[in-house]
Amino acid sequence: MIGILDLQGGVVEHLGHFKRLGVPARRVKTLEELDTLTGLVLPGGESTCLGRLLRIFGLDAAIRRRAAAGLHMWGTCAGTILLANEIEGETPHLRLLDITVRRNAFGSQLDSFNTVATVPEVAPKPVPLTFIRAPVITRVGPGVRVLLEVRGATAAVTAPGILATIFHPELTPTLAFHAYFARQCGLTPLLPASGPTDPAWSPEAWTQLAPLPGPAASG
Amino acid sequence: MCTSPQSERFRLNSQLAQMLKGGVIMDVTTVEQALIAQEAGAVAVMALERVPSDIRKQGGVARMSAPELIKAIKEAVTIPVMAKARIGHFVEAQLLEALKIDYIDESEVLTPADEECHIDKTKFAIPFVCGARNLGEAARRIAEGAAMIRTKGEAGTGNVVEAVRHMRAMNREIRQLTSLPEEEVGPFCKTNGVPLEVARQVRELGRLPVVNFAAGGLATPADAALMMQLGCDGVFVGSGIFKSADPAKRARAIVKATAYFNDPAKVLEASMDLGEPMPGIEMKTIPEAERLASRGW
Repeated sequence: MIGILDLQGGVVEHLGHFKRLGVPARRVKTLEELDTLTGLVLPGGESTCLGRLLRIFGLDAAIRRRAAAGLHMWGTCAGTILLANEIEGETPHLRLLDITVRRNAFGSQLDSFNTVATVPEVAPKPVPLTFIRAPVITRVGPGVRVLLEVRGATAAVTAPGILATIFHPELTPTLAFHAYFARQCGLTPLLPASGPTDPAWSPEAWTQLAPLPGPAASG
Repeated sequence: MCTSPQSERFRLNSQLAQMLKGGVIMDVTTVEQALIAQEAGAVAVMALERVPSDIRKQGGVARMSAPELIKAIKEAVTIPVMAKARIGHFVEAQLLEALKIDYIDESEVLTPADEECHIDKTKFAIPFVCGARNLGEAARRIAEGAAMIRTKGEAGTGNVVEAVRHMRAMNREIRQLTSLPEEEVGPFCKTNGVPLEVARQVRELGRLPVVNFAAGGLATPADAALMMQLGCDGVFVGSGIFKSADPAKRARAIVKATAYFNDPAKVLEASMDLGEPMPGIEMKTIPEAERLASRGW
Protein backbone atom coordinates (compact mmCIF):
# COMPACT_ATOMS: atom_id res chain seq x y z
CA MET A 1 0.00 0.00 0.00
CA ILE A 2 1.24 3.46 -0.93
CA GLY A 3 0.15 6.44 1.15
CA ILE A 4 -0.26 10.03 0.00
CA LEU A 5 0.28 12.59 2.74
CA ASP A 6 -3.12 14.31 2.87
CA LEU A 7 -2.65 17.58 4.72
CA GLN A 8 -2.81 20.04 1.82
CA GLY A 9 -2.01 20.14 -1.90
CA GLY A 10 -2.12 17.78 -4.86
CA VAL A 11 -3.33 14.62 -3.13
CA VAL A 12 -6.09 13.31 -5.40
CA GLU A 13 -3.87 13.75 -8.46
CA HIS A 14 -1.41 11.17 -7.08
CA LEU A 15 -4.21 8.86 -5.93
CA GLY A 16 -5.66 8.94 -9.43
CA HIS A 17 -2.37 7.97 -11.05
CA PHE A 18 -1.79 5.01 -8.72
CA LYS A 19 -5.39 3.94 -9.32
CA ARG A 20 -4.75 4.00 -13.08
CA LEU A 21 -1.84 1.63 -12.47
CA GLY A 22 -3.87 -0.72 -10.27
CA VAL A 23 -1.54 0.09 -7.36
CA PRO A 24 -3.26 0.22 -3.94
CA ALA A 25 -2.99 3.74 -2.52
CA ARG A 26 -4.75 5.78 0.15
CA ARG A 27 -4.70 9.12 1.92
CA VAL A 28 -2.61 9.50 5.06
CA LYS A 29 -3.64 12.10 7.63
CA THR A 30 -2.71 10.55 10.98
CA LEU A 31 0.08 8.70 12.73
CA GLU A 32 -1.85 5.42 12.73
CA GLU A 33 -2.34 5.57 8.98
CA LEU A 34 1.44 5.50 8.47
CA ASP A 35 1.57 1.87 9.60
CA THR A 36 1.28 -0.87 6.97
CA LEU A 37 2.57 1.41 4.18
CA THR A 38 5.45 0.40 1.94
CA GLY A 39 5.69 3.82 0.30
CA LEU A 40 4.72 7.40 1.13
CA VAL A 41 4.28 10.27 -1.33
CA LEU A 42 4.78 13.83 -0.12
CA PRO A 43 2.72 15.76 -2.69
CA GLY A 44 3.00 19.24 -4.12
CA GLY A 45 1.45 22.08 -2.16
CA GLU A 46 3.02 24.75 0.02
CA SER A 47 5.99 23.38 1.96
CA THR A 48 5.65 25.96 4.76
CA CYS A 49 2.05 24.84 5.35
CA LEU A 50 2.85 21.11 5.05
CA GLY A 51 5.95 21.42 7.25
CA ARG A 52 4.03 23.22 9.95
CA LEU A 53 1.22 20.64 10.02
CA LEU A 54 3.75 17.76 10.04
CA ARG A 55 5.39 19.30 13.07
CA ILE A 56 2.34 20.13 15.18
CA PHE A 57 0.85 16.67 14.77
CA GLY A 58 4.13 14.83 15.38
CA LEU A 59 4.02 13.34 11.90
CA ASP A 60 7.56 14.52 11.11
CA ALA A 61 9.17 12.35 13.81
CA ALA A 62 6.94 9.40 12.89
CA ILE A 63 7.81 9.66 9.19
CA ARG A 64 11.52 9.84 10.01
CA ARG A 65 11.21 6.70 12.14
CA ARG A 66 9.30 4.86 9.42
CA ALA A 67 11.80 5.98 6.76
CA ALA A 68 14.66 4.66 8.89
CA ALA A 69 12.75 1.35 9.07
CA GLY A 70 12.55 1.08 5.26
CA LEU A 71 9.49 3.12 4.20
CA HIS A 72 10.05 4.32 0.62
CA MET A 73 9.50 8.03 0.08
CA TRP A 74 8.75 10.19 -2.97
CA GLY A 75 8.54 13.97 -2.81
CA THR A 76 7.08 16.01 -5.68
CA CYS A 77 7.74 19.77 -5.75
CA ALA A 78 6.95 20.87 -2.17
CA GLY A 79 7.53 17.25 -1.16
CA THR A 80 11.13 17.55 -2.32
CA ILE A 81 11.53 20.61 -0.08
CA LEU A 82 10.16 18.61 2.87
CA LEU A 83 12.69 15.81 2.26
CA ALA A 84 15.76 18.04 1.87
CA ASN A 85 18.56 18.22 4.43
CA GLU A 86 18.96 21.93 3.68
CA ILE A 87 16.66 24.69 2.43
CA GLU A 88 18.34 27.95 1.42
CA GLY A 89 17.44 30.58 4.03
CA GLU A 90 15.01 28.37 5.93
CA THR A 91 14.91 25.64 8.56
CA PRO A 92 14.70 22.17 6.95
CA HIS A 93 11.81 19.81 7.70
CA LEU A 94 12.33 16.02 7.48
CA ARG A 95 16.06 15.98 6.58
CA LEU A 96 15.83 12.59 4.87
CA LEU A 97 17.74 13.41 1.68
CA ASP A 98 21.19 14.97 1.42
CA ILE A 99 20.34 17.80 -0.98
CA THR A 100 20.00 21.56 -0.74
CA VAL A 101 16.94 23.20 -2.33
CA ARG A 102 16.07 26.76 -3.27
CA ARG A 103 12.35 27.45 -2.97
CA ASN A 104 10.37 28.91 -5.85
CA ALA A 105 13.54 29.18 -7.91
CA PHE A 106 12.16 29.86 -11.39
CA GLY A 107 10.13 32.97 -10.46
CA SER A 108 6.41 33.67 -10.14
CA GLN A 109 3.48 31.74 -11.60
CA LEU A 110 4.17 33.48 -14.94
CA ASP A 111 7.41 31.45 -15.05
CA SER A 112 5.72 28.08 -14.46
CA PHE A 113 6.26 25.88 -17.53
CA ASN A 114 5.90 22.54 -19.28
CA THR A 115 8.67 20.69 -21.03
CA VAL A 116 9.53 17.23 -22.29
CA ALA A 117 12.56 15.14 -21.34
CA THR A 118 13.88 11.62 -21.30
CA VAL A 119 14.69 10.02 -17.97
CA PRO A 120 16.22 6.68 -19.08
CA GLU A 121 15.93 5.03 -15.67
CA VAL A 122 12.20 5.83 -15.50
CA ALA A 123 10.99 5.51 -19.11
CA PRO A 124 12.73 4.89 -22.44
CA LYS A 125 10.75 7.57 -24.29
CA PRO A 126 10.42 11.31 -23.56
CA VAL A 127 7.81 12.20 -20.92
CA PRO A 128 5.97 15.49 -20.30
CA LEU A 129 7.06 17.46 -17.22
CA THR A 130 5.13 20.22 -15.46
CA PHE A 131 6.90 22.76 -13.24
CA ILE A 132 4.64 24.95 -11.05
CA ARG A 133 6.50 27.61 -9.04
CA ALA A 134 9.09 24.87 -8.71
CA PRO A 135 12.08 24.74 -6.38
CA VAL A 136 15.49 23.63 -7.67
CA ILE A 137 18.01 21.27 -6.16
CA THR A 138 21.20 23.35 -5.80
CA ARG A 139 23.43 20.76 -4.11
CA VAL A 140 23.51 16.99 -4.27
CA GLY A 141 25.32 15.11 -1.50
CA PRO A 142 27.32 11.90 -1.82
CA GLY A 143 25.05 8.89 -2.27
CA VAL A 144 22.43 10.94 -4.12
CA ARG A 145 22.14 10.28 -7.85
CA VAL A 146 20.90 12.86 -10.37
CA LEU A 147 18.20 11.46 -12.69
CA LEU A 148 17.41 14.60 -14.66
CA GLU A 149 18.55 18.15 -15.25
CA VAL A 150 16.24 20.75 -16.79
CA ARG A 151 17.32 24.26 -17.81
CA GLY A 152 20.64 23.69 -16.06
CA ALA A 153 18.97 22.80 -12.77
CA THR A 154 18.84 19.44 -11.02
CA ALA A 155 15.21 18.36 -11.35
CA ALA A 156 15.06 14.74 -10.18
CA VAL A 157 17.31 12.71 -7.85
CA THR A 158 17.27 9.37 -6.15
CA ALA A 159 18.97 7.85 -3.11
CA PRO A 160 18.38 4.48 -1.45
CA GLY A 161 14.63 4.36 -0.65
CA ILE A 162 14.00 7.93 -1.83
CA LEU A 163 12.85 9.67 -5.02
CA ALA A 164 12.57 13.44 -5.36
CA THR A 165 11.18 15.36 -8.35
CA ILE A 166 10.75 19.13 -8.46
CA PHE A 167 8.09 18.71 -11.19
CA HIS A 168 4.62 17.15 -11.13
CA PRO A 169 4.16 13.86 -13.03
CA GLU A 170 0.72 13.64 -11.41
CA LEU A 171 -0.37 16.71 -13.42
CA THR A 172 0.46 15.04 -16.76
CA PRO A 173 -0.76 11.90 -18.57
CA THR A 174 2.50 10.06 -17.85
CA LEU A 175 2.32 7.18 -15.38
CA ALA A 176 6.04 6.39 -15.72
CA PHE A 177 7.18 7.96 -12.44
CA HIS A 178 4.33 6.41 -10.45
CA ALA A 179 5.13 3.00 -11.94
CA TYR A 180 8.82 3.51 -11.13
CA PHE A 181 8.05 4.41 -7.51
CA ALA A 182 5.58 1.53 -7.13
CA ARG A 183 8.28 -0.90 -8.32
CA GLN A 184 10.73 0.62 -5.82
CA CYS A 185 8.12 -0.13 -3.14
CA GLY A 186 7.99 -3.76 -4.29
CA LEU A 187 4.57 -3.41 -5.96
CA THR A 188 3.63 -4.40 -9.51
CA PRO A 189 2.08 -1.60 -11.54
CA LEU A 190 -0.10 -2.55 -14.50
CA LEU A 191 1.00 -0.23 -17.28
CA PRO A 192 -1.41 0.26 -20.19
CA ALA A 193 -0.42 -1.77 -23.28
CA SER A 194 0.13 1.51 -25.11
CA GLY A 195 2.98 2.48 -22.76
CA PRO A 196 3.37 4.72 -19.72
CA THR A 197 0.99 7.41 -21.01
CA ASP A 198 -2.67 7.12 -20.12
CA PRO A 199 -4.68 8.13 -23.20
CA ALA A 200 -7.82 8.55 -21.08
CA TRP A 201 -6.24 11.15 -18.78
CA SER A 202 -7.48 14.75 -19.04
CA PRO A 203 -6.44 17.90 -17.15
CA GLU A 204 -9.77 17.69 -15.29
CA ALA A 205 -9.23 14.05 -14.25
CA TRP A 206 -8.52 15.16 -10.65
CA THR A 207 -12.14 16.28 -10.23
CA GLN A 208 -13.30 12.65 -10.21
CA LEU A 209 -11.66 12.14 -6.82
CA ALA A 210 -12.82 15.55 -5.53
CA PRO A 211 -16.61 15.29 -5.98
CA LEU A 212 -19.36 17.35 -4.37
CA PRO A 213 -20.46 15.95 -1.00
CA GLY A 214 -22.98 13.15 -1.53
CA PRO A 215 -26.47 12.91 -0.03
CA ALA A 216 -24.98 11.08 2.98
CA ALA A 217 -22.95 14.12 4.05
CA SER A 218 -24.22 15.73 7.22
CA GLY A 219 -24.24 19.15 5.53
CA MET B 1 -1.30 35.94 -25.32
CA CYS B 2 -4.46 33.90 -25.34
CA THR B 3 -5.30 31.84 -22.29
CA SER B 4 -8.33 29.97 -23.59
CA PRO B 5 -9.45 27.03 -21.45
CA GLN B 6 -7.65 24.68 -23.85
CA SER B 7 -4.32 26.50 -23.74
CA GLU B 8 -1.21 25.27 -21.99
CA ARG B 9 -1.02 28.47 -19.91
CA PHE B 10 -4.58 28.06 -18.64
CA ARG B 11 -3.75 24.50 -17.65
CA LEU B 12 -0.66 25.62 -15.69
CA ASN B 13 -2.76 28.30 -13.99
CA SER B 14 -5.56 25.98 -12.92
CA GLN B 15 -2.89 23.49 -11.78
CA LEU B 16 -1.42 26.09 -9.43
CA ALA B 17 -4.90 26.37 -7.89
CA GLN B 18 -4.94 22.56 -7.57
CA MET B 19 -1.76 22.79 -5.49
CA LEU B 20 -3.53 25.23 -3.12
CA LYS B 21 -6.31 22.72 -2.36
CA GLY B 22 -6.93 22.07 1.33
CA GLY B 23 -5.20 25.31 2.21
CA VAL B 24 -6.00 28.75 3.63
CA ILE B 25 -5.41 31.99 1.71
CA MET B 26 -5.14 34.98 4.03
CA ASP B 27 -5.72 38.71 3.51
CA VAL B 28 -2.71 40.78 4.62
CA THR B 29 -2.13 44.53 4.57
CA THR B 30 1.52 44.79 5.65
CA VAL B 31 4.80 42.89 5.27
CA GLU B 32 4.62 41.93 8.96
CA GLN B 33 1.16 40.40 8.51
CA ALA B 34 2.33 38.55 5.39
CA LEU B 35 5.16 36.97 7.38
CA ILE B 36 2.77 36.00 10.20
CA ALA B 37 0.43 34.40 7.63
CA GLN B 38 3.27 32.48 5.97
CA GLU B 39 4.61 31.28 9.32
CA ALA B 40 1.11 30.16 10.33
CA GLY B 41 0.88 27.95 7.24
CA ALA B 42 -1.10 30.03 4.73
CA VAL B 43 -0.83 28.60 1.19
CA ALA B 44 -0.98 32.11 -0.28
CA VAL B 45 -1.53 35.69 0.81
CA MET B 46 -3.87 38.28 -0.64
CA ALA B 47 -2.03 41.61 -0.55
CA LEU B 48 -4.33 44.57 -0.02
CA GLU B 49 -4.38 48.04 1.56
CA ARG B 50 -7.48 47.59 3.67
CA VAL B 51 -9.21 44.39 4.74
CA PRO B 52 -12.87 44.19 3.67
CA SER B 53 -14.24 45.11 7.12
CA ASP B 54 -12.34 48.44 6.94
CA ILE B 55 -13.45 49.02 3.35
CA ARG B 56 -17.02 48.46 4.56
CA LYS B 57 -16.58 50.88 7.48
CA GLN B 58 -14.70 53.63 5.67
CA GLY B 59 -16.68 53.54 2.43
CA GLY B 60 -15.55 55.55 -0.60
CA VAL B 61 -14.07 53.98 -3.72
CA ALA B 62 -11.90 50.94 -3.07
CA ARG B 63 -9.25 50.42 -5.78
CA MET B 64 -6.30 48.14 -6.50
CA SER B 65 -3.70 48.43 -3.70
CA ALA B 66 -0.62 50.60 -4.13
CA PRO B 67 1.86 48.64 -6.27
CA GLU B 68 4.75 49.36 -3.88
CA LEU B 69 2.85 47.64 -1.07
CA ILE B 70 2.15 44.57 -3.23
CA LYS B 71 5.79 44.53 -4.35
CA ALA B 72 7.07 44.72 -0.77
CA ILE B 73 4.84 41.81 0.27
CA LYS B 74 5.89 39.79 -2.78
CA GLU B 75 9.54 40.31 -1.85
CA ALA B 76 8.96 39.32 1.78
CA VAL B 77 7.33 35.90 1.30
CA THR B 78 8.02 32.72 -0.68
CA ILE B 79 4.38 31.56 -0.86
CA PRO B 80 2.17 32.74 -3.76
CA VAL B 81 0.96 36.33 -3.66
CA MET B 82 -2.47 37.33 -4.90
CA ALA B 83 -3.89 40.85 -5.26
CA LYS B 84 -7.25 42.32 -6.17
CA ALA B 85 -8.28 44.24 -9.27
CA ARG B 86 -11.64 45.97 -9.59
CA ILE B 87 -14.32 44.11 -11.57
CA GLY B 88 -13.85 45.07 -15.22
CA HIS B 89 -10.67 47.11 -14.57
CA PHE B 90 -8.43 45.36 -17.06
CA VAL B 91 -5.67 47.95 -16.70
CA GLU B 92 -5.36 47.28 -12.97
CA ALA B 93 -5.06 43.64 -14.02
CA GLN B 94 -2.34 44.57 -16.54
CA LEU B 95 -0.42 46.31 -13.73
CA LEU B 96 -0.73 43.30 -11.45
CA GLU B 97 0.50 41.07 -14.27
CA ALA B 98 3.45 43.42 -14.83
CA LEU B 99 4.20 43.19 -11.09
CA LYS B 100 4.50 39.42 -11.64
CA ILE B 101 2.37 38.39 -8.72
CA ASP B 102 0.95 34.86 -8.85
CA TYR B 103 -2.84 35.30 -9.02
CA ILE B 104 -5.32 38.15 -9.59
CA ASP B 105 -8.62 38.26 -7.71
CA GLU B 106 -11.15 40.17 -9.83
CA SER B 107 -13.03 41.16 -6.75
CA GLU B 108 -16.41 42.57 -5.74
CA VAL B 109 -14.74 43.76 -2.51
CA LEU B 110 -13.31 46.64 -4.55
CA THR B 111 -15.64 49.16 -6.19
CA PRO B 112 -16.47 47.87 -9.68
CA ALA B 113 -14.94 49.81 -12.58
CA ASP B 114 -17.41 48.38 -15.07
CA GLU B 115 -21.00 47.50 -14.25
CA GLU B 116 -21.52 45.50 -17.43
CA CYS B 117 -18.33 43.66 -18.34
CA HIS B 118 -15.93 41.58 -16.34
CA ILE B 119 -12.28 41.41 -17.45
CA ASP B 120 -11.59 39.24 -20.51
CA LYS B 121 -9.24 36.97 -18.64
CA THR B 122 -8.24 34.99 -21.72
CA LYS B 123 -6.11 37.99 -22.74
CA PHE B 124 -3.79 37.47 -19.76
CA ALA B 125 -1.05 34.96 -18.99
CA ILE B 126 -1.53 35.47 -15.25
CA PRO B 127 -4.29 33.42 -13.55
CA PHE B 128 -7.52 34.88 -12.16
CA VAL B 129 -9.79 33.84 -9.33
CA CYS B 130 -13.33 35.24 -9.35
CA GLY B 131 -16.23 35.29 -6.90
CA ALA B 132 -19.60 33.68 -7.57
CA ARG B 133 -22.95 33.36 -5.81
CA ASN B 134 -24.31 30.54 -7.90
CA LEU B 135 -23.51 28.21 -10.79
CA GLY B 136 -24.37 30.82 -13.43
CA GLU B 137 -21.86 33.35 -12.10
CA ALA B 138 -19.18 30.69 -11.65
CA ALA B 139 -19.71 29.35 -15.17
CA ARG B 140 -19.64 32.82 -16.76
CA ARG B 141 -16.36 33.62 -15.01
CA ILE B 142 -14.91 30.29 -16.16
CA ALA B 143 -16.02 31.05 -19.72
CA GLU B 144 -14.22 34.42 -19.39
CA GLY B 145 -11.03 32.58 -18.44
CA ALA B 146 -11.02 32.33 -14.62
CA ALA B 147 -8.76 29.44 -13.50
CA MET B 148 -10.22 29.32 -10.00
CA ILE B 149 -13.58 30.20 -8.41
CA ARG B 150 -14.50 31.25 -4.88
CA THR B 151 -17.83 31.94 -3.24
CA LYS B 152 -18.47 35.65 -2.78
CA GLY B 153 -19.95 35.31 0.68
CA GLU B 154 -20.33 38.74 2.25
CA ALA B 155 -16.80 40.00 2.86
CA GLY B 156 -15.89 41.92 6.01
CA THR B 157 -18.87 40.76 8.03
CA GLY B 158 -17.44 37.87 10.04
CA ASN B 159 -20.74 36.18 9.15
CA VAL B 160 -20.45 32.94 7.19
CA VAL B 161 -24.13 32.77 6.22
CA GLU B 162 -23.71 34.18 2.70
CA ALA B 163 -20.76 31.90 1.85
CA VAL B 164 -22.92 28.94 2.92
CA ARG B 165 -25.80 30.23 0.82
CA HIS B 166 -23.55 30.59 -2.24
CA MET B 167 -21.93 27.17 -1.85
CA ARG B 168 -25.27 25.45 -1.35
CA ALA B 169 -26.69 27.25 -4.38
CA MET B 170 -23.74 26.17 -6.57
CA ASN B 171 -23.93 22.55 -5.39
CA ARG B 172 -27.72 22.41 -5.80
CA GLU B 173 -27.60 23.83 -9.31
CA ILE B 174 -24.75 21.49 -10.29
CA ARG B 175 -26.76 18.50 -9.05
CA GLN B 176 -29.80 19.75 -11.00
CA LEU B 177 -27.82 20.29 -14.17
CA THR B 178 -26.14 16.87 -14.03
CA SER B 179 -29.48 15.08 -13.62
CA LEU B 180 -31.36 16.84 -16.44
CA PRO B 181 -32.29 15.05 -19.68
CA GLU B 182 -30.37 16.45 -22.64
CA GLU B 183 -33.29 18.49 -24.04
CA GLU B 184 -33.68 20.41 -20.77
CA VAL B 185 -30.04 21.53 -20.65
CA GLY B 186 -30.57 24.45 -23.02
CA PRO B 187 -33.53 25.89 -21.09
CA PHE B 188 -31.65 25.42 -17.77
CA CYS B 189 -28.67 27.30 -19.20
CA LYS B 190 -30.93 30.09 -20.46
CA THR B 191 -32.70 30.47 -17.10
CA ASN B 192 -29.50 30.33 -15.05
CA GLY B 193 -27.20 32.22 -17.42
CA VAL B 194 -24.82 29.27 -17.78
CA PRO B 195 -22.68 29.23 -20.96
CA LEU B 196 -23.43 26.00 -22.78
CA GLU B 197 -19.81 24.84 -23.13
CA VAL B 198 -19.24 25.13 -19.37
CA ALA B 199 -22.57 23.41 -18.69
CA ARG B 200 -21.45 20.43 -20.79
CA GLN B 201 -18.24 20.18 -18.79
CA VAL B 202 -20.08 20.43 -15.45
CA ARG B 203 -22.48 17.67 -16.56
CA GLU B 204 -19.58 15.43 -17.51
CA LEU B 205 -17.57 16.04 -14.32
CA GLY B 206 -20.40 16.45 -11.79
CA ARG B 207 -18.71 19.55 -10.37
CA LEU B 208 -16.97 22.74 -11.47
CA PRO B 209 -14.01 22.00 -13.76
CA VAL B 210 -11.75 24.28 -11.68
CA VAL B 211 -10.86 24.56 -8.01
CA ASN B 212 -13.56 26.25 -5.90
CA PHE B 213 -12.68 27.93 -2.58
CA ALA B 214 -14.92 29.43 0.08
CA ALA B 215 -14.64 33.15 0.81
CA GLY B 216 -16.54 35.94 2.50
CA GLY B 217 -17.28 36.08 6.22
CA LEU B 218 -15.23 33.15 7.55
CA ALA B 219 -13.96 33.97 11.05
CA THR B 220 -13.44 30.74 13.01
CA PRO B 221 -11.84 27.30 12.56
CA ALA B 222 -15.37 25.87 12.61
CA ASP B 223 -16.40 28.21 9.77
CA ALA B 224 -13.50 26.90 7.68
CA ALA B 225 -14.35 23.25 8.45
CA LEU B 226 -18.02 23.94 7.67
CA MET B 227 -17.18 25.26 4.20
CA MET B 228 -14.82 22.33 3.57
CA GLN B 229 -17.52 19.84 4.56
CA LEU B 230 -19.90 21.59 2.18
CA GLY B 231 -17.47 20.66 -0.60
CA CYS B 232 -15.13 23.63 -0.99
CA ASP B 233 -11.57 22.83 -2.06
CA GLY B 234 -10.00 25.33 0.36
CA VAL B 235 -10.76 28.66 2.05
CA PHE B 236 -9.99 32.37 1.95
CA VAL B 237 -10.00 34.24 5.25
CA GLY B 238 -10.06 38.01 4.95
CA SER B 239 -10.76 40.26 7.91
CA GLY B 240 -11.32 37.19 10.13
CA ILE B 241 -7.65 36.81 11.02
CA PHE B 242 -6.11 40.24 11.43
CA LYS B 243 -9.27 41.76 12.97
CA SER B 244 -9.24 39.15 15.74
CA ALA B 245 -7.58 39.41 19.16
CA ASP B 246 -4.67 37.04 18.41
CA PRO B 247 -4.11 36.86 14.63
CA ALA B 248 -1.12 34.46 14.62
CA LYS B 249 -2.89 31.96 16.84
CA ARG B 250 -6.17 32.19 14.92
CA ALA B 251 -4.34 31.85 11.60
CA ARG B 252 -2.62 28.65 12.77
CA ALA B 253 -5.92 27.32 14.12
CA ILE B 254 -7.78 27.89 10.86
CA VAL B 255 -4.98 26.15 8.90
CA LYS B 256 -5.25 23.17 11.25
CA ALA B 257 -9.06 23.03 11.04
CA THR B 258 -8.99 23.24 7.24
CA ALA B 259 -6.55 20.33 6.96
CA TYR B 260 -8.55 18.18 9.39
CA PHE B 261 -12.02 19.48 8.51
CA ASN B 262 -13.59 16.03 8.85
CA ASP B 263 -12.17 15.38 12.32
CA PRO B 264 -14.29 17.17 14.98
CA ALA B 265 -11.76 16.38 17.73
CA LYS B 266 -9.01 18.18 15.83
CA VAL B 267 -11.26 21.11 14.86
CA LEU B 268 -12.22 21.38 18.53
CA GLU B 269 -8.56 21.34 19.55
CA ALA B 270 -7.94 24.11 17.01
CA SER B 271 -10.83 26.15 18.41
CA MET B 272 -9.49 26.32 21.98
CA ASP B 273 -8.17 29.53 23.60
CA LEU B 274 -8.20 31.73 20.52
CA GLY B 275 -9.36 34.94 22.21
CA GLU B 276 -11.99 37.18 20.66
CA PRO B 277 -12.93 36.61 17.01
CA MET B 278 -13.64 39.64 14.83
CA PRO B 279 -16.97 41.28 15.66
CA GLY B 280 -19.67 40.01 13.30
CA ILE B 281 -22.44 41.82 11.46
CA GLU B 282 -25.99 40.48 11.08
CA MET B 283 -27.04 40.51 7.39
CA LYS B 284 -30.38 42.24 8.03
CA THR B 285 -28.56 45.33 9.26
CA ILE B 286 -26.70 45.77 5.95
CA PRO B 287 -28.72 47.78 3.43
CA GLU B 288 -29.03 46.15 -0.01
CA ALA B 289 -26.90 48.91 -1.58
CA GLU B 290 -23.99 48.11 0.75
CA ARG B 291 -23.90 44.38 -0.03
CA LEU B 292 -20.66 43.60 -1.82
CA ALA B 293 -21.86 40.24 -3.17
CA SER B 294 -24.37 41.88 -5.50
CA ARG B 295 -21.55 43.58 -7.43
CA GLY B 296 -20.80 41.89 -10.75
CA TRP B 297 -23.36 39.66 -12.46
